[in-house]
Parts: sequence; C-alpha cells; structure tokens
Amino acid sequence: MKPFDYVRPATVSDAVAAAAQSGAVYLAAGTNLLDLMKGGVSRPDRLVDVTHLDGLDGIERLADGSLRIGALVSNADLAHDADFARSYPAVAEALLSGASAQLRNAATVGGNLLQRTRCAYFYDTASRCNKREAGSGCDARGGENRTHAVLGWSDSCIATHPSDFCVPLVALDAIVEIEGRGGRREIALDELHRLPGDTPERESVLEPGDLIVAVRLPPAAREFAPHARYLKVRERTSYAFAVVSAAAALRIENGKIAEARLALGGVAAKPWRARAAEDVLKGVAPTADAFQEAAWRALTDAKPSGDNAFKIELARRIVVRALTLAAAGTPARLSALPASPFASTSGAIHA
Amino acid sequence: MPELNLTSAPAHLRHGSNIGQPLTRRDGVLKVTGQATYAADNHPPGMLFAVIAAASIAHGRVTSLDVAAAKRHPGVVDVMTPDHKPPLAIDPEIKTNPFVFRMEALQSSEVRYANQPIAVVIAETLEAATEGAALLAPRYEAQPPLIGLDAGESFVPPVVGVGNPTENHRGDVEAGLVSAETQIDATYETPPQYHNAMEPHAVVAHWDGDKLSVDMPTQGLKLSLARIAELFGIAHDKIHIRSPFLGGGFGSKGLMGGPPVLGIMAAKLVGRPVKLVLRREQMYGPVGHRAPTRQRLRIGADGEGRLTALDHHARTVSSTFDDFYEPAADASHTLYAAPAIRTSHDAVRVNTGTPLFMRAPGEATGSIALESAIDEIAWTCGIDPLAFRLKNYAEVEPITGKPFSSKALRACYDQGAARFGWAKRPLQPRQMRDDAGLLVGWGMGTATFPALMFQAEARAAIRRDGSGVMEIGAHDMGQGAWTALAQIAADAVGLDIGRVAFKAGTSDLPDAGIAGGSAHTATAGAAIHSAGAAVIAKLADLATNDERSPLFGAGNAGVIARDGRLIRRDDESRGESYAEILARAGVAEVEARGTGAPNPAAMEEYAMHAHGAVFAEVKVDPELSQVRVTRMVGAFAAGRIVNPRMVQSQLFGGMIWGLSFALHEEAVTDRRSGRIMNANLGEYHVPVNADVPPLDVITVEEHDPHVNALGIKGVGEIGITGSAGAVANAVWHATGVRVRKFPIRMEELLV
Ligand SMILES: Cc1cc2nc3c(=O)[nH]c(=O)nc-3n(C[C@H](O)[C@H](O)[C@H](O)COP(=O)(O)OP(=O)(O)OC[C@H]3O[C@@H](n4cnc5c(N)ncnc54)[C@H](O)[C@@H]3O)c2cc1C
Ligand code: SF4
Repeated sequence: MKPFDYVRPATVSDAVAAAAQSGAVYLAAGTNLLDLMKGGVSRPDRLVDVTHLDGLDGIERLADGSLRIGALVSNADLAHDADFARSYPAVAEALLSGASAQLRNAATVGGNLLQRTRCAYFYDTASRCNKREAGSGCDARGGENRTHAVLGWSDSCIATHPSDFCVPLVALDAIVEIEGRGGRREIALDELHRLPGDTPERESVLEPGDLIVAVRLPPAAREFAPHARYLKVRERTSYAFAVVSAAAALRIENGKIAEARLALGGVAAKPWRARAAEDVLKGVAPTADAFQEAAWRALTDAKPSGDNAFKIELARRIVVRALTLAAAGTPARLSALPASPFASTSGAIHA
Repeated sequence: MPELNLTSAPAHLRHGSNIGQPLTRRDGVLKVTGQATYAADNHPPGMLFAVIAAASIAHGRVTSLDVAAAKRHPGVVDVMTPDHKPPLAIDPEIKTNPFVFRMEALQSSEVRYANQPIAVVIAETLEAATEGAALLAPRYEAQPPLIGLDAGESFVPPVVGVGNPTENHRGDVEAGLVSAETQIDATYETPPQYHNAMEPHAVVAHWDGDKLSVDMPTQGLKLSLARIAELFGIAHDKIHIRSPFLGGGFGSKGLMGGPPVLGIMAAKLVGRPVKLVLRREQMYGPVGHRAPTRQRLRIGADGEGRLTALDHHARTVSSTFDDFYEPAADASHTLYAAPAIRTSHDAVRVNTGTPLFMRAPGEATGSIALESAIDEIAWTCGIDPLAFRLKNYAEVEPITGKPFSSKALRACYDQGAARFGWAKRPLQPRQMRDDAGLLVGWGMGTATFPALMFQAEARAAIRRDGSGVMEIGAHDMGQGAWTALAQIAADAVGLDIGRVAFKAGTSDLPDAGIAGGSAHTATAGAAIHSAGAAVIAKLADLATNDERSPLFGAGNAGVIARDGRLIRRDDESRGESYAEILARAGVAEVEARGTGAPNPAAMEEYAMHAHGAVFAEVKVDPELSQVRVTRMVGAFAAGRIVNPRMVQSQLFGGMIWGLSFALHEEAVTDRRSGRIMNANLGEYHVPVNADVPPLDVITVEEHDPHVNALGIKGVGEIGITGSAGAVANAVWHATGVRVRKFPIRMEELLV
C-alpha cells in the first residue's frame, strides 16, 4: 500500500482544514475507502480520520419535527433505532438490505452517502475509466455492463451509485448538512450527487475539505410512515448490491393519494427521484393502473447503456410493486429478509 | 508448531467412537480457538514477505519493469524477475509426468493469461512488498487475447479429465435418433468458475543450507514433494512439508502450481524465510479453475418414454500452453439406460490459466446439462421426470454393460421423493403459487460420482503401554480426515480412538496419495485398515505362538482384536491385553505397514459409482424474476458411511455448491481484454445464508463388497451433481422458461 499520512483531528474545523489540502480524504469506517486503497484505485496522501470527532454520532429529534442524524451514526445503529424505524420504515428497510451485518455495524451515514460506484472497470486499475482517471476512456462501454445505468448516463460514464440508504432518503427530501472552508451550509440530498456528463470524476458537489456532518429528514418525511416501502432486486437474497431498487412512500387520505414519493436505485449515478411519476399519482386512487402509469412515467427517459435493457423493464415492474406494497401499508414488523421480494416467505431466519 | 495432539480431545467433547459413529471433529476445538495453524499462520524468525506482481494483460510480453522504483521503496529487500532469480534444476514447462501442472516460475517475459505472475517483490512488511509490486509499473507488448468458447479453430484433445478417452460410444446413436418418437436437441452453457477456497494459496518457505521446510496447504503431499525436489534439484529427504489443515482445496491445491514455487525461490534468493500468500484476485489465474463448457445433447425416446439414443457433446477450453479438458460429456456414461450412447469432446485454446479439477470436474458441468436435458425429454414425452428416470433406470452401466458393484439409486429416488412430497407435483410448469403469489417449482436431478481408489500406504504400531499409533500423510481439507481416518485407525487396531496416536498432514509420513476424486477416505482408509490388520497379525503371532499365552494355538484367524485386547474367537472369555503380550515378549512395540490400492480384477468386472437423487423447490417472483431455493432434499447411496456427521456436512456442501452452480457462480470475463472482472468475493457470487434453505440429507444404506475392503465410496463431490440440475429444473417448473445458460440470470426469466 502506498504510504500516507494519518491524522485524527480533534474538532470539525481542524478536520476541514486538514482535508482541504490536495491528496487528502476523509476516513470514516473505511469499508469502502480501504478496499479502494488496497486495490490501488484510491491513492490518497493523507487520511483524515473523522471517527473520533465529537457530536457527530447522535440521532436527534428537532423542535420542528425534523430528525437530524449525525454523519458518524452507524448504518446498523440507525436502522435499529426503534423510533427511527417506526418513523421512516423505508429507510430502515433500505439500510438493512445493504451489505452484511458486519459491514452495517461499521459503515457510517456519511460514508454510505459518499461510497463510490461498484463499476468493475472503476475497480480494475488496468482498465480505462474516466471516473478514476479523467479523460482516459470508459471500458464499461462495450464491456460487461449488464448492471450499469439506464438513466442519466453519458458517453463518458455509465456507472451507477450503489447506495440503498440514499434511495428512500432522496424520496423523503433529505437534507445534507455540510461543514466546509466557508462554514456551514446545507443542500438537498438530491443535489449532492452529480450526473456524469463530461466530468464523471466529479461525483458530488462537495468541494475539497467539505465534511458531511449530518443528514436531516424534514418534518413531512414522517407523515409517510404508514405507507412506505423499499424493495430491492439483487442477484442473491442478501449481501448483494441492487440490480434495481425502488423506494415508494404514499400519503393516503380518504382513499386517494394526497402525495407520493418515488425514487429508484441502481439505475443512475445518483439516487433517482422520479418526480414525474409522483405527479401522476397525486390525487388519484392507489390502483394498479395508476401505478403502471407512474412506472411508465418514471422510466420515460431510460435507455440502455449496454446489455442492460432488461433493467428498464425491471425498473418499471419494481416501481409498480413498491407502490403496491406501500399502498397496502407498512408492515408492523420488518421482515427477516428486508426489501426482498421474498420478504413474506416464511422460513427465513435472517439475511 | 507444536506437534498436533488430537488424541487429547476431552472425552466429553466427543460422542461415540469409531466407524459409523457421528463423532464431532477432533480438530474442532483447535479451529474455533484459533490454535489450528494454517500455512500462513507460520512466522519463522527473520521471515520476509513476498508479493506477486501479476500481469494485467492476457496475452503478450512484459517489456519493462521499474525494478529500481520498487527497490527504492522503504522495506523492499529484493525483486525477483526473469532476469534475477535463483536457477531451477529443470524447466518448469517440462511435464515429467501427467500430474505436472505447467507453471510460470519467471522463466520468461511471456504473458499467457491475465493475473499471471510476472515478478515477485520481497520486503520486510506485507505493505512494503505490496507497494513495491505496484511500483513495478509493468509495460507490455500486448497481443490480442483468445477469449471464449469460439476463440479459434477447435480440435479434439487426445484425452479428457485424467486420461479418459475423448470419445466413447455404444450402439448406433444416429439410428437411435431416427427411430425415436420424440427427440430433443438442446445446447447448454456453463461458465468459468473458480475454486475460491476460503484459505488462499499460501507458502512459508525456509531454507536451511540444502534443507527446505515448507508450510503449504496441499491436497497431495508426496506429489508436491516430488515436484519441489525435481524443480530445485534436491533429494526428497531434504524436504519437509507441513500441511496439517487446509482451508478448503476443492482441487486447486491438488497439483503444485506456480505461486508456492515462487515463494520457495524467493526464500532461496534472499537467504531468509519467506511467506507468500495470494491475494484473492490472484487466485483467478495460476491455480486452476473450472473451464467453461458448451454442451449439446440430442436425446431420443420411443412412444413409451424409453430412451433410444443419447448423444452428448461438450466443447471446452484449455490454456494456450497446457492441457486439461473438462470431461463434461462423460457424465452421460452411467445414469440412463439408452441402447445407444455417444459422448465426445472438442476444445479451443484461450488465454487463460490452465483449467484444473474443481469439485466434481466433468461430473458437475456434465450433470447440469444432462439432468436438464432429461427433464426436457421427459416433458416432451409428457412423463413425470422421476417416472421417466425410473423407466430408464440403468441396471447395468450403459456405456460398458458391466454390472454395478452396488447401486441403491432406486432407494434414493424412493426415499428422497417421499421425504420431499414429489408425488403431488403437477406435470405442467407454472402451476403452483404460494400464499404470497410467488411461483413455485419442483425439480429433480440424479447424482452420480465414480467410486475411485488411488494408492496409499500407512504405518501402524502397537506400543508397550498398549496404545496404538497410526501414521499416514493424509490431508484434512476441512472434510474431517483427522476424525474419519482416526475412526478407521481405531477400529483397525482394536482400540478406543483416544488410545490411538493418529498422525497425518506432513510429508515425512507414509504416502496417502492425493486427496481428490472423492477417494481419500476410501484409499487412505484402506491403507490404514490393512496396516492395522498387519500389526494385529504380528501381535497375534507373538501371543498365539507363546505357550504362556491364553491364546496359544488359536492361530491368527482364531483371535479378534477388541478394546486393546486379543481374544479367542471360539471363547471370548479367554484373552489378554496388548500390553501384556508385548511385556511378556519383551518387545517395545510392534509395527507394520499396509497399503490401499484399486483392485484391478474388481474394476474389470464391475462399474463402481456412488448415486443419489436430489429434489429442489424454488420460488420465483413472477414479475421481478428473482429466484430463491426454498427446500432441498438429497438422498445419497455411497457405500459405508464412516462418520455420518462429516458425511452430512460434505453432502450439504455439495448441494449448496449445486445451487450455486445453477444460480450464482460465474467468473465474468471481459470480452475484449480477457481479464476477469469480478475476481473478488463481493462480486463473484456464491450463496449466502439467506440463499440456502434448510437442507435435508438422507444417506441410504448400501453395502458394497467390491469397491474396497471397507466398502467406502466417497461423498466429497457427488453432492453437486444432481443438485445443480434439480434447481435448474425447478426454475423451469416454476416459470415455464427453460434457461440453458448457467448461472440462470433474472433477465432470462423476465417474460
Ligand atoms: C462487500 C460489500 C457489500 C456492500 N453492499 C452494499 C449494499 O448492498 N448496499 C449499500 O448501500 N452499500 C453496500 N456496501 C457499501 C457500504 O454501504 C459502504 O462501504 C459504507 O456505507 C461506507 O461507509 P464507511 O463509513 O465505511 O465509509 P468510508 O469507506 O470510510 O468512506 C467512503 C467515502 O466517503 C467519504 N466520507 C466518509 N465520511 C464522510 C463525511 N462525513 N464527509 C465527507 N466525506 C466522507 C470518504 O472519504 C470516502 O470517499 C457494501 C460494501 C461492501 C464492502
Ligand atoms: S462506467 Fe464510469 S466508472 Fe465505469 S469505467 Fe466507465 S467511466 Fe469508469
């Protein structure tokens, strides 16, 4: 491994200063970053370990009814927080459908948001990859790309963002709190990740030194709790990234959908909010036809980037299913196989 | 490493004793407390770390390595390259015997496959060696690689597997097909797969003058020893290999590959002990894999559903520089009673590491195609797949006409089907749904694996204190040899297992042959059995020829060894202990050797195979196409079961691997570069716990007087066969979609 400096700042502002230099990166649990370093994909000069910073590991209910999740809260602690899981069931389900128990115990909220793509050519340093090395080309084009993007991709990059957690978060209008050289600011999660365009190496809007300190769910997010689901199709029942996933949340009043939220995972370089589909559902009854219509809308702009046309059809179907499940109501207990199409199958002990 | 003492496992941690008892693993406590020393756990004083730099191209030549940059890196001690390496005594490309695996030991700058070793960096720390390897920044002159089953002109290899004929036939297949009422002609594809043992290949090599000690997981101690001896030009008795535990082998640790040789060379180069452990991705190349296949099956049946012909052709690949051909079509030799059978193979050469045996080589790949095809023809005939198999049950081995040494397959079908509830299966596909609306399908497959025997030797002794010793260089790959072989040893010398010092796992012990072909328990067990019988005969000689003994005059055949005593067969009240016999004779110990080997006369007369029947239930989401196996029952007949607990584990493991074959495993090769794009355990999928349903294993009673003295057939590999096909057939039954390319991917089922 390439030698690097390791610093463990005492305060957020020290962290920002330490990470603002070129070649520096933040280290959270390292479940993604250290893998990338071992593979020579990331070769930082300096790791700024944020795991000892105070005050970033809490889950707080704010006076206005929003919820603030510190960037260092582990994926497992968040998913298993009973109040959290009750209030934002689709988010808990998404978290528990990701990775493995061991990884979830370690992985942090901030790290999950900023985890890198799983494009095999990005990981393989012998391949050309515009994201890893700007301007070098994209070997995923014309290569093994059956799981690559069908929305928002460009000729220079067809990778997807792999996070499950981000999908329901973006549906629920989550806000990201950032501490940077210019002080604190906040942006919608929907604006955090960038589509590739001509600069796939720039994955987010963060500037050097920017530290995610918290993720906030606005007050309205909990109103969807009775009708919120996350559903994930993957190549094995657990411990696999989404081929396609969907988060669906509905506010149903008097038998009509007062408001719908829908987002897709595994389809684009960012968690994909499907606003046009949400509009179709507003004010209508939660029927199969309405859900079909929403699914078509959600995928109107989709096009295959390789051997992955099936993902478009799969995405439509998963949208219909996720909406159907959400309309049926959030189950009282989370399944032993979270977000799985087999969630209702008996006999599963754990995922 | 302290000498292994497995006899001291406290009695309360064991249950039962000796053959037939479900003893728990005698090395279990060592393993769960971290005391079992695997090769890479060794750290001799002064040890350095070696890291392989692997080729990133699949075909061409290395034109430069920045050795200076690597050497400048702090901690790097030396860099071994084709220009700077200790000489070998022979060219590693020379095949001195059929069990030589051609390897890269830095003999040239040529690159023949991606991930091939091209240099070795040796450093004070693993991190420094790893960075040194990155700093080599190789440059290449690349040539277009040969990739895939259509890479070039195909040819007919001289043999497939280990010396099997490439083509076999009996009867007139074309005539059989012409006369058939119904026919199928279907082509199946299986992908390249990699062994991915939990423990990577590792070596700790330590030269002391011209003596060499090696810690290395191997499935063939003596084969490895001989290979090291010829490569380094040293006498066998100068080499000591320790391989007490393997974290899985599955065939990839059967033949000596290049990486451990590089570790031994590195130790020689720097004059210090060296450890070399492969990174996970480096296991996708130089240490073997299961080759991809494309198999065409043409099957005919008459109006009654009786087979008229079975034609099985398999295309496979080998490397550009060595020969191993997956004998996939041979799977059709034994199971179904077609009057005309033909099996044949052809191959193309591609830029890949040489394929090798991987758990059920040939049988696994061939079985999933054959069992799918049998399902297809049964459906075409409108007959239940089990009824069809029973209709075509082979009473004698179809390809040779020989009787079976034993064959309890009918009982496997019966017991498995009854446990599974097969009788309620609708003939038509896509008929069953569960409460949640998921499609449910039931499928089955027949399992088979040859009952092989290799050569082995064992040494037994009875000591003055009445205890026993059994020595054999056997291999515990995790399957339980430390336990099962010790059980056989205990019975062989008539002692409680706790009174027998059982020694295995090092190269100074008698040759146990190779732990492969599901033959290790049978072969090593036969040697142990015969060594035990021989030592007891010597002991009996001492007693029965001595007037002072109560056994005097009983003759060798007139005494029985039991619980540390010899007793008269005609009067069990008369006997004496081993200790008494030795004390009176004034002998410190008696010892004897015994061998295990195939019996050519029996092999000439009988076909010898284990059999089984596997039944699987899958559920498939009708819209989202995700598949999950929800139930599996396997009934197997494999002769004598030495340890039911270990055997059950082996069969579980095999059935899970079958599930994996049908639904998960595939090395994804970039179609342009020939690089494997998922060479890690995150993306090379094997089933996780959530994918594996409760498994039900039935071991059907079977007595085989012909296979070997103990009637053991072996269970290491059979579990994959049958299971893969059962899952694939269940997917068809659930969905009505027949997928012929494995693993079955969701896009194939999106209808
Ligand atoms: C085998 C495997 C399977 C997985 N499967 C899934 C899955 O199914 N679904 C899924 O969603 N995820 C999956 N993951 C990914 C996992 O969720 C991420 O690795 C994890 O969330 C990253 O969190 P971390 O704290 O370890 O981040 P790190 O690895 O420490 O950091 C990741 C990145 O985020 C940056 N970073 C971290 N914290 C901050 C911060 N506060 N501010 C700014 N930058 C920051 C780091 O600099 C780095 O670039 C899997 C991972 C593995 C290894
Ligand atoms: S898709 Fe993107 S991440 Fe993958 S190789 Fe192309 S540029 Fe790199």
